[in-house]
Amino acid sequence: MSENIISPENLIYERTSVLNERVMHYCPGCGHGTVHRMLAEVIDEMKIQSETIGVTPVGCSVLAYNYLNIDMMQAAHGRAPAVATGIKRVMPEKYVFTYQGDGDLAAIGTAETIHACNRGENILIVFINNGIYGMTGGQMAPTTLPGMKSSTSPRGRDVKSMGNPLKMTELIAQLPGTCYVTRHSVHTPANVRKTKRALKKAFEYQKQNKGTCFIEVVSNCPSGWKMTAAQSIRWMEENMLPYYPLGDIKVPE
Amino acid sequence: MKDIRLMKGNEALAEAAIRAGCDAYFGYPITPQSEIIEYLMFENPDERTGMVVLQAESEIAAINMVYGAAGCGKRVMTSSSGPGISLKQEGISYIAGAELPCLIVNVMRGGPGLGTIQPSQSDYFQAVKGGGHGDYRMIVLAPATVQESVDYVRLGFDLAFKYRNPVMILSDGIIGQMMEKVELFEQQPRSTEELEWAAVGRKPGKPGAIITSLQLKPEEQEQVNHRLQAKYRIIEQHEVRYESYNCEDAEYLMTGFGSGARIARRAMEMAREKGYKVGLLRPQTLFPFPAEAFNRLAGQLKGILTIEMNAGQMVEDVRLAVAGKTRVKHFGRFGGMIPSPDEILEAFEQKVIGG
Repeated sequence: MSENIISPENLIYERTSVLNERVMHYCPGCGHGTVHRMLAEVIDEMKIQSETIGVTPVGCSVLAYNYLNIDMMQAAHGRAPAVATGIKRVMPEKYVFTYQGDGDLAAIGTAETIHACNRGENILIVFINNGIYGMTGGQMAPTTLPGMKSSTSPRGRDVKSMGNPLKMTELIAQLPGTCYVTRHSVHTPANVRKTKRALKKAFEYQKQNKGTCFIEVVSNCPSGWKMTAAQSIRWMEENMLPYYPLGDIKVPE
Repeated sequence: MKDIRLMKGNEALAEAAIRAGCDAYFGYPITPQSEIIEYLMFENPDERTGMVVLQAESEIAAINMVYGAAGCGKRVMTSSSGPGISLKQEGISYIAGAELPCLIVNVMRGGPGLGTIQPSQSDYFQAVKGGGHGDYRMIVLAPATVQESVDYVRLGFDLAFKYRNPVMILSDGIIGQMMEKVELFEQQPRSTEELEWAAVGRKPGKPGAIITSLQLKPEEQEQVNHRLQAKYRIIEQHEVRYESYNCEDAEYLMTGFGSGARIARRAMEMAREKGYKVGLLRPQTLFPFPAEAFNRLAGQLKGILTIEMNAGQMVEDVRLAVAGKTRVKHFGRFGGMIPSPDEILEAFEQKVIGG
């Protein structure tokens, strides 16, 4: 007879209650699920579930409110930082964050992003950069790499006619309103842990009213890139990370 | 003691917002309504009531800040004029879809395009028929005096929360810019109530709040539309407001909203002096439209003249309302031009009496 090992004293890991028990709609290999989980774990560990309000974008993560067990608002395309501003200004004691993709944040929402950061809104902006419009089927994004193929750059991004990839994070770091600007990834366990630490720091800075925190997570998009999950991770390491290097760009003094 | 002052329309409206217990204002400068945000900034309502006032980077950002703050169940407003109101349409559609209460002020100027900064009433269609995408309605209040600009701020917030629906005050450059005697209502406290549907943080054991206008399944989106339409029908039943003068014995009717109606009233009096039995009906709510009032009167009328500072917008709703029972003509000056009572009387004699 085998020993019953499922008992509270043997528990080493469990699902956080800040994540709902639902099957996510994300593609296999996508980074969104991991970032959701890290966010949920941080909110749980900091015991701020009842004080946190999130804003979802238009894009793959529009339905994040189905997975995160917190109050959330769904914003119009690119407007999440303005929506978050509205929330934070009337409820400054709450934790407020946006969760946005690169099309949402770096194209249609550039003005809202820059001005929220420039005002130093005490919010956290989580920026998932996979260099492509995922939800609409793999079109070119402002962050698409030179020569990278997409459904609207089928012969590869020609920077002469289509512009250069926009490094939003470096740009944001120039603004005095931002206090913590950093770039991470979730493609290895070590990177996942670093991302989680960054999220936690950002919420702690928010409590101290230090200004806008901006965390970019460079991610893969197997479906949009037309690759297997493993191929997309490799491609990301070889192509995305040299252009979008990981690490802190700005930290509070 | 009554608080009676001589005030500019835009400034009186801004003062009314503070006194109505408004929690936050988000706006962007545009003529002829910039005095609203200027007055609010000068008054420093943060010290008076704790009200937030923020100048946004664009009208688009401003309306989305309204969305965020309204989603927390707060009393929130924005204001603009035609070109800026056009930019806000995306956000207004989302606010209507997510069923959030808020107050939007449009101090109309002439268009289309950049148009002119002079007064106009050419945004009637935009306000009443939609403006943004999807099947939705705003409650639209049309002030004709500085006093009504003040009173409709309080009424607008009450209706917005009663129905969880955006409310628009459709003012214009005349009412916004002129000074007039106005009685201000007393300071109301800001609400501290946490509303059940509002996103204010999820408490254990409660379902929590999700503010969204997204329903991917068509069956569910249709249900949302049915619910919205049912709400609009209730609003039509209960919230129609209008004023009428000299309608009892009227054989003819002049009508219009806001400034247009105000000028038409003088023209109506002049027509009475000439012996024409003319009445005036002034819708104060443009949605819901006082269609029944027009229809009831239509049987006794030989003709109606709508007076609008546009090329003929409300006239369409008047025609629908009277359903062919009487003739409906339109007289308009537009592009920033303001009709005189003489012009209106002349148009009345030509188009309605002689037509």
